[in-house]
Amino acid sequence: MSVDSAIVRRIAHLSRIAVGDDEVERLGQELNAILAFVEELNAVDVSGVEPLTSVLPMKMKKREDVVTDGGFADDILANAPEREDHFFVVPKVIE
Amino acid sequence: MSDPTHLTLAQARDALLAKTLSSSELAKAHVEAIERAGLLNAFITKTPELALDAARQSDARISRGEAGPLEGLPLGIKDLYCTKGVRTTAASRILDDFTPTYESTVSANLLRDGAVMLGKLNLDEFAMGSSNETSAFGPVVSPWRRKGADGFDAARIVPGGSSGGSAAAVAARLCLGATATDTGGSIRQPAAFTGTVGIKPTYGRCSRWGIVAFASSLDQAGPITRTVRDAAIMLRSMAGVDAKDTTSVDAPVPDYEAAIGASVKGRRIGVPKEYRLDGLSPEIAALWEQGVAWLKDAGADIVEISLPHTRHALPAYYIIAPAEASSNLARYDGVRYGLRERGRDITDMYEKTRAKGFGAEVRRRVMIGTYVLSAGYYDAYYVRAQKIRSLIKRDFDQAFANGVDAVLTPATPSPAFAMGEKGSSDPVEMYLNDVFTVTVNMAGLPGIAVPAGLSSNGLPLALQLIGRPFDEETLFSLASAIEQAAPRIEPPEPWWRDSDGARP
Repeated sequence: MSVDSAIVRRIAHLSRIAVGDDEVERLGQELNAILAFVEELNAVDVSGVEPLTSVLPMKMKKREDVVTDGGFADDILANAPEREDHFFVVPKVIE
Repeated sequence: MSDPTHLTLAQARDALLAKTLSSSELAKAHVEAIERAGLLNAFITKTPELALDAARQSDARISRGEAGPLEGLPLGIKDLYCTKGVRTTAASRILDDFTPTYESTVSANLLRDGAVMLGKLNLDEFAMGSSNETSAFGPVVSPWRRKGADGFDAARIVPGGSSGGSAAAVAARLCLGATATDTGGSIRQPAAFTGTVGIKPTYGRCSRWGIVAFASSLDQAGPITRTVRDAAIMLRSMAGVDAKDTTSVDAPVPDYEAAIGASVKGRRIGVPKEYRLDGLSPEIAALWEQGVAWLKDAGADIVEISLPHTRHALPAYYIIAPAEASSNLARYDGVRYGLRERGRDITDMYEKTRAKGFGAEVRRRVMIGTYVLSAGYYDAYYVRAQKIRSLIKRDFDQAFANGVDAVLTPATPSPAFAMGEKGSSDPVEMYLNDVFTVTVNMAGLPGIAVPAGLSSNGLPLALQLIGRPFDEETLFSLASAIEQAAPRIEPPEPWWRDSDGARP
């Protein structure tokens, strides 16, 4: 499988990373080098093997569904690049 | 007294309790050593005032008889751990001036036990790298230099990565120990490159809460120190269950230090034949043989074992780790914290922010991760890699079921290399550094790198021991046996020091 410039642009957009026209070719080569490296996995027989989802034989811990924390609006907004009162400010999303 | 930066963590602890040394003296000596080591670029943020203040408080607690297990001991903290009120960067531009309003659980555990923080240590950006060359704050220089026929080579050597600042600072005696993290080898490979000890504990042993996430199913915290005993002391404080990380395990934390020097007689050590790679350097092969001989001399039984899926671990890792990274790093969107670049609309703002904030290696991994998780490729890449991960874990499970107590391998395929020497044209060349360490993360096992010798050009080489889940104690016993048998590797003379303490 080989990544062409159209796929590079599509992945970049899905990743929300702007890519300049001058970067597309080099990025494609780098991504192809990585994909060539992982290519050998296609030859491994994985029939009947379950995908590993946890390295530990443990059940997901659960706790009661109650509020245990909160009230830190100032802390949460402390590092925001742009804020107004207790809100994050972003460019207009809906016209 | 002589230079207190030359003490081990254990010696410094004992000197403080015996009151032959004060925490303030100890902190001051380290602050001065750091001031004169600007050339190494091991620290992103230095906190000398906080350190001296904390040391004074430690001295007061020691005099009141209230010393914690790490009371007054100066440590460095990898800049991937969130530290309350101290800028945390992950060595990325995208976090900008992010200053956490909370403390990571592991660093809070260290502070609870009395440790003194000297500052935040450099690393590869978001812990993605094996040479510390991807840091947005510049590369870390190893205190080690290559030796040739005519003395030291002028080339700057990498300390390994991603915990390169941690390893370099410990090797250069800028701190008694340091925190680090390991996703595919990021504790053990830099420890190996700098002649220090690094342990990645079992997945779940330490809380991941408050540590900037890279690949959540692989990430674990651990220490880098100058001796095996020091690593045992630090890990005991770092480990433990935490309600804020549901993957942290509720099992008692043993007194790891008690395992140092314990007999290894009759322990079964597996030597996996699949790690004898084609083209393995004769120097590394000889070191491995030497390690086998040392453990045999200490009374251990050596058995050859087979871990047949070893060769698939690294490619599978380079699907799983980027996939998880692409998801974890989605949070850096210029809204809640960090850098923001202006855009025409919100998508343009995201795209410009992330293009400017992420370095080349991070962009590459996020894009690969996005690709392998995208519609049509998910089963072919991601699910297949997770199945192979099951096979890798099964290999180890079988070896342990057959009575093997630990596995001995080389830590790295080569000694440290010079800056710019690897990975500039092909990213995969750099990835191959982790070939011996990555299986351990894939299977969630504990692994320790212990210095074992020097290469022909005078750089440190290390062995790796891999243990059963939650059997770090056996690793400490075996590693201390190797440490006892191996020639002593003295940290290098401080050639990096400038005379007047000013930054170069």
